[in-house]
Amino acid sequence: MTTEAVLVVGAALFGIGVFGALSQQSFVMLMMGIELMINGSLLVLVAMWARAASGSPDGQMLAIVFMTVMAVEMSLGFALITGVYRVRRADITEKLRKLKG
Amino acid sequence: MTGALIDLSFAAFSLVAIVAGVRVFRTDSMVRAAFYLLASFAAAGGIIVLLGAEFLGMVLILMMAGEMLVMAIVMVMYMMNPAGLNPMVMVHQPRTAVVAGVVAFLAIAGVGLSGEVPSRPAPNPAAATADLGRELLGNSMLVFQTAGVTLLATMVGAIAVAAPRGRYGDAAEGSEEPGLQPDEEASA
Repeated sequence: MTTEAVLVVGAALFGIGVFGALSQQSFVMLMMGIELMINGSLLVLVAMWARAASGSPDGQMLAIVFMTVMAVEMSLGFALITGVYRVRRADITEKLRKLKG
Repeated sequence: MTGALIDLSFAAFSLVAIVAGVRVFRTDSMVRAAFYLLASFAAAGGIIVLLGAEFLGMVLILMMAGEMLVMAIVMVMYMMNPAGLNPMVMVHQPRTAVVAGVVAFLAIAGVGLSGEVPSRPAPNPAAATADLGRELLGNSMLVFQTAGVTLLATMVGAIAVAAPRGRYGDAAEGSEEPGLQPDEEASA
């Protein structure tokens, strides 16, 4: 397991996430794309920590911040989905041509 | 674990992570998509454990297992066709998205492969986890606390956004689509 191989896997996950976030119409699928992007960056971050940071715990702290960002993104995303559905009965992005009510 | 075993598990985990990641957007059923994403995350957590960050890898898997269950429930609640009984293609600008994804992959992989990674490996996993624990409750406690307060604020915000009634009345009030005739509202 070379560091480069892990970086390539992380880049692949990020690329899949970019595709998903740009192409999906459903709100939840779009969030899945964003999650995959964060996951790819997390993988690369941990790889660099394990191989190039001489085990300094700061790298793991940054990874914990990444995970917080994931949790925040998910919960606020679900809340927005609930709010938008309540008002507009919308479940795909195309139904939200106007953001202002 | 020996080197060959680590290489083998890494190859298996990478394969699962990438294939499941692609399947997320290629399946008809949204619930299945959530579980494919969970598989992708679990495999990524496995790679993180292999890299020596055992605590982070396990936390990632645990967190994602909970998140994906919530995600599956949200899909069943709101989304059309959650069970995948009909074929589903719900994409816009697919070609642009594929190009953007491939470009992002090639660019990041290119940077990763062309750069030179300094070799200062981490100590053994047990020491790394112990270090993280001391760091969390020592030097980086402010970061840790800030993350906690951020999560609390997120909870408050999420409830405020999703609640059916706000402080000033119904959440849907004033959010109806305006009529086609500009005078409609004035005369009403």
